[in-house]
Amino acid sequence: MKAVLERGGAAALALEGITCSFAGAAGEPGYTAVREATLVVEDGEFVSIVGPTGCGKSTLLNVAAGLLAPSAGSVHVFGQPLAGLNRHAGYLFQADALMPWKCALENVVAGLVFRGAAREQALETGRAWLRRVGLEGFGDRFGHQLSGGMRKRVALAQTLALDPAILLMDEPFSALDVQTRVLMENELLDLWSADRKSVVFVTHDLEEAISLSDRVVVLSAGPETHPIGEYAIDLPRPRDVSEIRLLPRFIELHGRIWRAMKSEVLKGYARQRQ
Amino acid sequence: MRGNGSRLRLKAIQIALLAGAFLAWHVLTSPTLLPPIYFGDADKAAFFFGEPLKVFSRLLDWFVSGEIYRHLWVTLIETLLAFAIGTLGGVGFGLWLARAPLAAAVLDPYIKAANAMPRVILAPIFMVWFGLGMASKVALGVTLVFFIVFFNVFQGVREVSPVILANARMLGASPRALLRHVFLPSAMSWVFASLHNSIGLAFVGAVVGEYLGSAEGVGYLIHQAEGVFDINTVFAGILLLTAFALVLDWAVTILEVRFMLWQPRAGETEKL
Ligand SMILES: Nc1ncnc2c1ncn2[C@@H]1O[C@H](COP(=O)(O)OP(=O)(O)OP(=O)(O)O)[C@@H](O)[C@H]1O
Ligand SMILES: [Mg+2]
Repeated sequence: MKAVLERGGAAALALEGITCSFAGAAGEPGYTAVREATLVVEDGEFVSIVGPTGCGKSTLLNVAAGLLAPSAGSVHVFGQPLAGLNRHAGYLFQADALMPWKCALENVVAGLVFRGAAREQALETGRAWLRRVGLEGFGDRFGHQLSGGMRKRVALAQTLALDPAILLMDEPFSALDVQTRVLMENELLDLWSADRKSVVFVTHDLEEAISLSDRVVVLSAGPETHPIGEYAIDLPRPRDVSEIRLLPRFIELHGRIWRAMKSEVLKGYARQRQ
Repeated sequence: MRGNGSRLRLKAIQIALLAGAFLAWHVLTSPTLLPPIYFGDADKAAFFFGEPLKVFSRLLDWFVSGEIYRHLWVTLIETLLAFAIGTLGGVGFGLWLARAPLAAAVLDPYIKAANAMPRVILAPIFMVWFGLGMASKVALGVTLVFFIVFFNVFQGVREVSPVILANARMLGASPRALLRHVFLPSAMSWVFASLHNSIGLAFVGAVVGEYLGSAEGVGYLIHQAEGVFDINTVFAGILLLTAFALVLDWAVTILEVRFMLWQPRAGETEKL
C-alpha cells in the first residue's frame, strides 16, 4: 500500500490499445500480430499471460520493455508515457541472452557494473544471487559449460540483481525440470512477497500461471491477438506451488480458464498448420 | 586421433615423409650419385636445386657465427610491428564503421577497391616514402593485415545476437559499455579466428619488403644470395623463414587458447 501512495497510485504498467504490425517482405502484406490489446498491471501485482504459441506474448513484453515501439497505442510506466527503454523494468528473455564471453558471475553483475556500482560490492551481490538460484560454485563457468536450465537461472539472477520495480519474464522456467521448477517458483514467490515487484509472467503452463499469479490474462490465437479473458486468482497467500495445486478452488479455476483457452489453442494450431 | 599409440604413429609417418623428401633431394641433386639423366652436365641439378647438405651447413654456419640473429631480429620486429599496428587499426576502424551505417555505406566501394588491389605493389612507393629501413616494411605489412582484421571486426559487430544486445541494453549499458562489453568481445572472436592469417601476412609484408630493397633481414639475405646465384643460401633462407612462420603460428595458438577460454571447443571431456 505504501508503495502505491508513493508512486501516486498509478499503475506500474499500462499498455492501452496496443497494435503491432510487422512489415511483410516486399510485395507481401504485413502481419498484424497484436491488435487493440490492453493490459494494465497494478503496482505490486503479479500478472500471468497465457496464450497459444505464436500469439504475440513476447511481442507484448517487448513493447512493455520499450524494445519495440507499437504501431498504435500507448504505454505508460508509473503514470509516465514510455519513451525509449523502460528503465524501471528487468526483462528475462525467452531466448538465451547471456554474454557468452563472460563467466556466470560476470554476467550476473553486468547490470550492476553498467550502472556504475563499485566492483567489489557488485561481485558480493552477484555471489549472493548465484547462491540464491542454486549455482554457488558455478560463478567461473562460461555459458557453454552450463546446462540450459543453469543458464536460465543465471539469467534470472542477472535480472533480479538489479532489483527492478517491474519484472518482465518470458517463459523463464520452461527449461527446468519439474523439481527445480517448483523450487524456483517458490523462490520467486518469496522474493516477490518481500518487496512486491510488479510482475508480468508469460507462460505456456496454465497451472504455473494460476499458482503464481494474482490475475491470469488469456490471449486469443494470432493474428490480431488481444486478451479474451481475465481471471482473478483469489487463492490465499503465502502459497506453496506444489501444494496449492491440490486445492479445490485451484482445480475449479483451472477448469474455467482451460475451457476458455481450449478453443483458442485449437484455433491457433489449425491456423499454423495451414 | 584416438589413443596415444595412433598419435605416435602419425608423428612417425610425418617425420619419415620429411626425411624421405630430404633424401630424395639429396640423391637427385648430388653430382656424382646418379648418372646425369635430364641435365647434360652433372653439376647442373645442384646449380638449380641446391644440395641439402650444403644448405644445412649454411644454416649451421649462420647460427654458429651468430650472423643470422641480427637479420632474424629485424624480420621479427617488422612482423610484430606490422601485426600490432594493422590489428589495432583494423579493430578501431571496424568498430567505428560498424556503428556508423552512413559512413559504412559511403565508404563501401572504396574499401572494396582498396581490398581488391594487390597491395604488395605498394612496396616501392613505401620505400620512396619511408626509406629503405624498417618503416617501409612495416607499412607494407600493415596494409596487408589491416583489411583482414577490419573485415572480421566489421562482421563480428554485425553478427552480435540481437537478444544479447537487447539484454545488455535492458541491463543499462550505455553506448560505450555496449562497445566494451558486447561489440568488442564479439568482434575479438572473429579477429582471433583470423589471427593465423594476419600474422602470416605481416610476415609476408616484412619479407617481401626486405627482398625488394633493404640492408637487413632474412629477405635481404635471400635477395643477396640470388644476386650471386648462391642457390644453397637461398634455400637455407627459405627453410629458415618457414620455421620462423611455424613458430609465429604456434605463438598465436597459445594466445588464442589463453584469450578465447569462453569458446566451446569440440570434445572437452577429460580422459580417465
Ligand atoms: N520481428 C518480427 N517480424 C515479423 N513477424 C514477427 C516478428 N516478431 C514476431 N513476429 C510474429 O508475431 C507473432 C507473435 O510472435 P511472439 O514471439 O510474440 O509469439 P509468442 O506468443 O511469444 O510465442 P511463443 O509462445 O512460441 O514464444 C508470430 O506469428 C511471429 O511470427
Ligand atoms: Mg515468446
